[in-house]
Amino acid sequence: MRKLLITASVLALGAAVMPASAETVRWARASDALTLDPHSQNQGVTHTFAHHIYETLVDRDVEGTLIPRLATEWAVKEGDPTVWVFTLRQGVKFHDGADFTAEDVVFSLDRARSDKSNMKQLHAGVQSVTAVDDHTVEVKMSGPSPLYPNNLTNTFMMDKTWTEANNAVEVQEAGSTDDNFAVRNTNGTGPYMLESRDPDVRSVLKLNEEHWAETKPAVTEIIYLPIADNATRVAALLSGEVDLVQDVPVQDIERLGSSDGIKVTTGPENRVIYFGYRFGDEPLKSSNVTDKNPINDPKVREAMHLAIDRNAIQQVVMRGQSVPTGVATPPFVNGWTPELDTYPEKADVEGAKALLAEAGYPDGFTITLDTPNNRYVNDEAISQAVVGMLGQIGIKVTLASRPITQHSPLIQNSETDFYLLGWGVPTFDSAYIFNDLIHTQAGHYGAYNPSGYTNPELDAKIESLETEVDLDKRNATIAEIWATVQEDRVLLPIHNQVLAYAMKDGMNLDVHPENQPRLYNVTFGE
Amino acid sequence: MSTPQNPATPVATKPPSRLYRMWDSDVFFSFRRSPVTIVAATVAFVLVLAAILAPWIAPYNPFDPASLNLMDGFTAPNSNSMMGNYFLLGSDHQGRDVLSTILYGSRVSLFVGVSATLFAMAIGISLGLTAGYVGGTTDSIIMRVADIQLSFPAILIALLIFGIARGIIPPSQQEGMAIWVLIVAIGLSNWAQFARTVRGATMVERQKDYVSAARIMGVHPLVILIRHVLPNVMAPVLVIATIGLALAIIEEATLSFLGVGVPPTQPSLGTLIRIGQQFLFSGEWWILFFPAITLVLLALAVNLLGDWLRDALNPRLR
Repeated sequence: MRKLLITASVLALGAAVMPASAETVRWARASDALTLDPHSQNQGVTHTFAHHIYETLVDRDVEGTLIPRLATEWAVKEGDPTVWVFTLRQGVKFHDGADFTAEDVVFSLDRARSDKSNMKQLHAGVQSVTAVDDHTVEVKMSGPSPLYPNNLTNTFMMDKTWTEANNAVEVQEAGSTDDNFAVRNTNGTGPYMLESRDPDVRSVLKLNEEHWAETKPAVTEIIYLPIADNATRVAALLSGEVDLVQDVPVQDIERLGSSDGIKVTTGPENRVIYFGYRFGDEPLKSSNVTDKNPINDPKVREAMHLAIDRNAIQQVVMRGQSVPTGVATPPFVNGWTPELDTYPEKADVEGAKALLAEAGYPDGFTITLDTPNNRYVNDEAISQAVVGMLGQIGIKVTLASRPITQHSPLIQNSETDFYLLGWGVPTFDSAYIFNDLIHTQAGHYGAYNPSGYTNPELDAKIESLETEVDLDKRNATIAEIWATVQEDRVLLPIHNQVLAYAMKDGMNLDVHPENQPRLYNVTFGE
Repeated sequence: MSTPQNPATPVATKPPSRLYRMWDSDVFFSFRRSPVTIVAATVAFVLVLAAILAPWIAPYNPFDPASLNLMDGFTAPNSNSMMGNYFLLGSDHQGRDVLSTILYGSRVSLFVGVSATLFAMAIGISLGLTAGYVGGTTDSIIMRVADIQLSFPAILIALLIFGIARGIIPPSQQEGMAIWVLIVAIGLSNWAQFARTVRGATMVERQKDYVSAARIMGVHPLVILIRHVLPNVMAPVLVIATIGLALAIIEEATLSFLGVGVPPTQPSLGTLIRIGQQFLFSGEWWILFFPAITLVLLALAVNLLGDWLRDALNPRLR
């Protein structure tokens, strides 16, 4: 609701002011886009940057609803529920002057579906893509897929001729040292063109005068500056070195908000922070219990759930800048219900201890918790707090803190017993969570399920979501899956992130639920 | 029944005790003459003692996560938290008492610093003695390696070693080994200074008659090196070791500040500074200030002691 009000007021204010002169915005955030190849990394920071240069068929506004971008209309084909028909925008040109046509969409979707693409799980249900005419594309799915357009919000359109001419058809494989022309060069249809780029230091984007949109962006030049250190980034804004700081540390929101000439906008992000742990009979690598896996006992998982004081984390670690949650999905997502989202008001230390004793661990056990320290808001501090809370019920946790680049491989290679992760849901549907976090790791499922949790019955239900056309029936299945996930305590959710953007006064930018601010939407004026 | 007195042994002629002789020596004469050194020694002594006695004098045990209460967090110095606990130097973002974390933290810092310096000393002295005594190709190889290493900043070498260790040790063991990795990394990045000094002194000593005499008598070279040469090259080594200790403490702090040092649940001074630095703008200055000032005092005191030792042991400056 609050977000709605903010948005409404900003829109009202913004509309009254017309951009008059050239405006440069110096935009600082914690990290840089990992690559410019638009299909190489399914990662928020990379997508956010790419959205300024490349465009997608459909997009999501700050309310989370789908809006047209390069596609003006999309509908299921009459008489065939397995085919989606996209009508493309006319008169769109790439930065090099080439026309944007259906051929480019076919090429881009095929590239995004290719083996090395990091976006392929979003297009797993696609069988073929065909151009009907210059401005109509048909996507044939393996079954009815009523929600497929939701998967297209981060799949960018490239120019077929340009990509082929520069030998960049093969996608740069995520996490590899592969290189191609598209990693360093761009040719999109977006409102900005890449002027210069020094990775991890500085990138400059200039306005694309030929862009199809009727209203020209107020920001004519973007200077993108990754500044990793929190204090340095905040200092840069305070000293006027930058105009916009995207990753504002929670402890500095108050100070920045009360500083002259600076304002802070906050809003909920569509991202849940949770802990995962290892299931299965095999003993944990990091535990002193060497004959079995304590976590595999549901009582132990329940005890851990009870021991965590989510409200204390919200108040102290997050300084109020989070929404504690009892379920591993943000309220934006289809499938979330207030009933699922319940959690103990306070930690129940005695109850948790009793459960541990019942499970046969009256003295607790040891385990190592792997945490990133530069990815999510206060990630390391959250883990540290949880170490203390679990310590109170006798579970002695060793904290292993690493930068996200070293943390991710532990998850992807299942080398962790207990870990913190954050999960954003770009499709705004629970299936995205189930596919990657809950389903047994197999094929294009379970990419982020290093826990070894496997439940064939649940897997079958998750797979059925992909082709279920009856939305009521589908939602009922989603509810059933969540009930099992909650009962088994497959994940240990902590909270949903709240985002804060700090900027100089007179600049207006809404918090985007996927943390993908679009600078072409910035307005100036009080 | 009276004990016969012995007036023939007056008190004045009794040989002075060892302690008194030490106090009266040239080295300690210069100590007594330098107020700065006395202050430095006192500060270092107090800090080291406090670190050693931390488990007994610290009001809380910050390394025991079970005793922490998050709701104690961000309490200002000399005040009570919401939970009613008193914190002399305030509490940090995890509800840990800053005074206790400093006491325990300097323990970690000192342990790593001393161990790393001893490690560097052991390597540096043995390689230096070998190079200086054997000479020739062995000398060239050892000293060129030292030259190459000295051309890089020590912190880079330590980071390199740390990175390699991270790659070798399986993830589940890394945290338990972190302190040892740190000691090896800092030790290996600092041996070259020791080796250089010892080599130079050894080359001088080996020309001297007592060494030649021992050699002619057929004493084993190893015995000559350890029993005869080593004691004569120890003075400069002590000076380097003291200054090296201060550097090792700072190096550990730097590594921990960069986030590659000890785990955040068992913070050293550097880790505490890294954590506190996040709260600079939000007004919780004590989380950064007290650990930082402790590190400054510790490093400065040890450094001043090193300076004094260098002057005191240098015959040319006497």
